[in-house]
Amino acid sequence: MDSKKLMDIDKQYINPYFGGVLLGLLLLATFYISGRGLGATGAVKTSIVTAVDKVAPKHTESSSYYSRFLTDDKHPMNDWLSFETLGILAGAFLSGAIGGRLKLTVEHSPKITSRTRLIAALLGGILFGIGSQFGRGCTSGAALSGSGSMALGGFIAMAAIFGSGYMFAWFFRKLWI
Amino acid sequence: MGPLVSQGIIDPAWNNVLALLIGFAFGYILEATGFSSSRKLAGVFYGYDFVVLRTFMTAVMVAMVGLMFFDYFGWIDLSMIYILPTFVSSAVIGGVIMGLGFVVGGFCPGTSLCGAVIGKIDAMVFTAGIFIGIFIFSEAFPLIENIYYANDLGAVLINEFFGISAGLFTLIFVVMAIAAFYITYLIRKKVKDVVY
Repeated sequence: MDSKKLMDIDKQYINPYFGGVLLGLLLLATFYISGRGLGATGAVKTSIVTAVDKVAPKHTESSSYYSRFLTDDKHPMNDWLSFETLGILAGAFLSGAIGGRLKLTVEHSPKITSRTRLIAALLGGILFGIGSQFGRGCTSGAALSGSGSMALGGFIAMAAIFGSGYMFAWFFRKLWI
Repeated sequence: MGPLVSQGIIDPAWNNVLALLIGFAFGYILEATGFSSSRKLAGVFYGYDFVVLRTFMTAVMVAMVGLMFFDYFGWIDLSMIYILPTFVSSAVIGGVIMGLGFVVGGFCPGTSLCGAVIGKIDAMVFTAGIFIGIFIFSEAFPLIENIYYANDLGAVLINEFFGISAGLFTLIFVVMAIAAFYITYLIRKKVKDVVY
């Protein structure tokens, strides 16, 4: 009974290896067209920089981190990653719509409450926000794109992310299984 | 010869439009493969769903081999591609923190965007968390600055670091990936199904 339901769930998605081929071809095309890889946190970063700069321009000017992303000639969010991110939202939405997966819901293991799941999601996001800045990218920008272009930094990020995940997995198993 | 925009073959003014289209394909592929589900994503760490490993490794392999062939055919100037710079300490610390974030939150930034846009509230909250995390990092930067720039190896490639050819490294990576696919296939048969 259980494995039949699992098959139904998996049938709605495309084969993971096929998805990987498509993703790899997309990454290849991205390098070929724009000379860079994919990313997901860059736009979040520039929006933070923009927001903080609006509220406290003296602070960003004197900050060694914010000032790196503020130049006089163009708005920090007028860049490749901002547009790419908008695209991600649109593409994922279309895929979800076609797949009948549009649904306002909190996805969580039946063994924990929604509240627990949301608190964990918030903490996970905060950690990823911090970690992605250290890593100069997240799984998309550093691990996937970095490794695809054979950058040593990409492989270090990939190994560290998944190694760390496996290390911590047992302690948080109650959230998932 | 590529990169098309960097070489001026495509007007740089189009770069942002192309970014939008590329992002669209990225979001579509991720969501269609199931990356909008946190329980599916977390499965890689517990053995009940290896979609992350299968898709990720395949994508890296395809892009890596593809770039090598493009270079061999003279279709791309690899020196014009952005290579992620290697700052060892920062990369390791970042990776460890991100790994913890993945296990606790069940998403990574790209996937959380996909989940959020189809209605997953946990994904929306995760995405909000990313904003907070980046803000925290930015404000705390003066304390972190030294580690952030430590052990700068530059934009070095992994095969250069190990002193082997790009082709040999790619071969090793492909073999390891296929081995991982087989091992995780065996694990999947052993681990109890999780229905989500």
